[in-house]
Amino acid sequence: MPAGEAFRISIDRDRCVGSGQCVMTGPDLFDQDDDGLVVLITEHVGKDDVERGRMAAALCPQSVITIKPSG
Amino acid sequence: MTETIEQLPTFPMERRCPFQLPAEYDRLMEQAPVSQVTRANGATAWLVARHELVRKVLADSRVSSDRTRPNNPSLVPIPPAFLQPASRPLIVQDPPEHTLHRRLIISEFAVRRVQTMRAGIQTIVDDCIDTMLAGERPVDLLEVLARPVPTLVICELLGVSYAEREIFYDASNRVFSEQSTPMDIGVAIQDLRQFLDSKIAVKEREAGDDLLSRLVNRYREEGVYDRERVISTSLGLLIAGHETTTSMIALGVALLLDTPEQLAILKAEPDIVTTAVEELLRYISIADMITARTVTDDMEVGDQVIPADAGLFALLGAANRDPDVFPDPDRLDLRRAEARQHVAFGYGAHQCLGANLARLELEIVYRTLFERIPDLRLAVPLEELPFKNKTALYGLSSLPVTW
Repeated sequence: MPAGEAFRISIDRDRCVGSGQCVMTGPDLFDQDDDGLVVLITEHVGKDDVERGRMAAALCPQSVITIKPSG
Repeated sequence: MTETIEQLPTFPMERRCPFQLPAEYDRLMEQAPVSQVTRANGATAWLVARHELVRKVLADSRVSSDRTRPNNPSLVPIPPAFLQPASRPLIVQDPPEHTLHRRLIISEFAVRRVQTMRAGIQTIVDDCIDTMLAGERPVDLLEVLARPVPTLVICELLGVSYAEREIFYDASNRVFSEQSTPMDIGVAIQDLRQFLDSKIAVKEREAGDDLLSRLVNRYREEGVYDRERVISTSLGLLIAGHETTTSMIALGVALLLDTPEQLAILKAEPDIVTTAVEELLRYISIADMITARTVTDDMEVGDQVIPADAGLFALLGAANRDPDVFPDPDRLDLRRAEARQHVAFGYGAHQCLGANLARLELEIVYRTLFERIPDLRLAVPLEELPFKNKTALYGLSSLPVTW
């Protein structure tokens, strides 16, 4: 992936309250485990997927999701 | 020297027309997004009235949901007997208590779990509409659809059998009836607690494939089993999920019927229904005043400092009409791209646990109702509908429709 087009998603599961907004926004990026808490399906994403990741981060009621350029 | 004490505005403020927020909210948002008001009982409280600030406040650990704190301004009449520390519902708990008990139930409302309920909800909605079509016109949509659907969904969720439904239905209707006095509500809640107590006693001995059984198991696995807690949590689900969904069904249908050009879009393109549900939730904001909190420490919000122990309302409806987030906010637009950013389900750790189930119920109801009865219309002018202006949760007490 060209520089500046790769991103890394991280989550803070301890804060998750299981709203599922992330799964509704990016079911290919996020899932919920048997306890209903967020799990990451893909840690590294490119430019095409990062927008959904950002939307999920913005909708999360506990600000659990962080997205940074990887590099 | 100025001796004038400026009169604080009084709260709650009345909606200016059925589907618009109080006119005062526009002034608050523009000029005083963090301000003080007086309550009918003489107490003061703070209002927070912008999207960004409402989210900030509701996610802050210095903001408490504990109803037993002095100055909590809640407008929802929960009898004190049901706020005892050992058995209070999730909505009035703070961390770490809230974190523990919410975690034991959230998997029940995970996105994929909720999707498995789709077929069951569709059957419930179809059965209600069959009954409606076979009956007389006009009919009260509250009676035939808006009340039964959420009740039947909750019965299915909790594993309440067909034979037990009447007891359950009767008690939950008494909890939410406008005619009920605080005493009636207390008795009805006690009846529901007893009903749940006997259901849970059965699940303790013999687990079934239902929420109550799974909840009992999870509490046991965690080593914190206490029947009173499971009763409170499940009663909380019933109370939080019943009247809210009923109100959104009734008000959503009334608003769509009153906005024919938008309803025409939904009928022509039923696949926009998921976005339409978000927009209706945003626009109607039934729980505008529900988020009553207390600040535990001095806290800077916007350009004000809310002092420790002050009560506040984070106005969800005002946040949902914030022009910085929703351009032309007073326009209903069922295709609105940013509709999902609403906070109609609240925000932070207390965001509605059943939000995804509510979304699914609303999606199925709106879509099926207008597919099966495309010429549905109000049987009385909108202005004559009995809107509930005095209750903490906005709603309708009846909705006469015909076709």
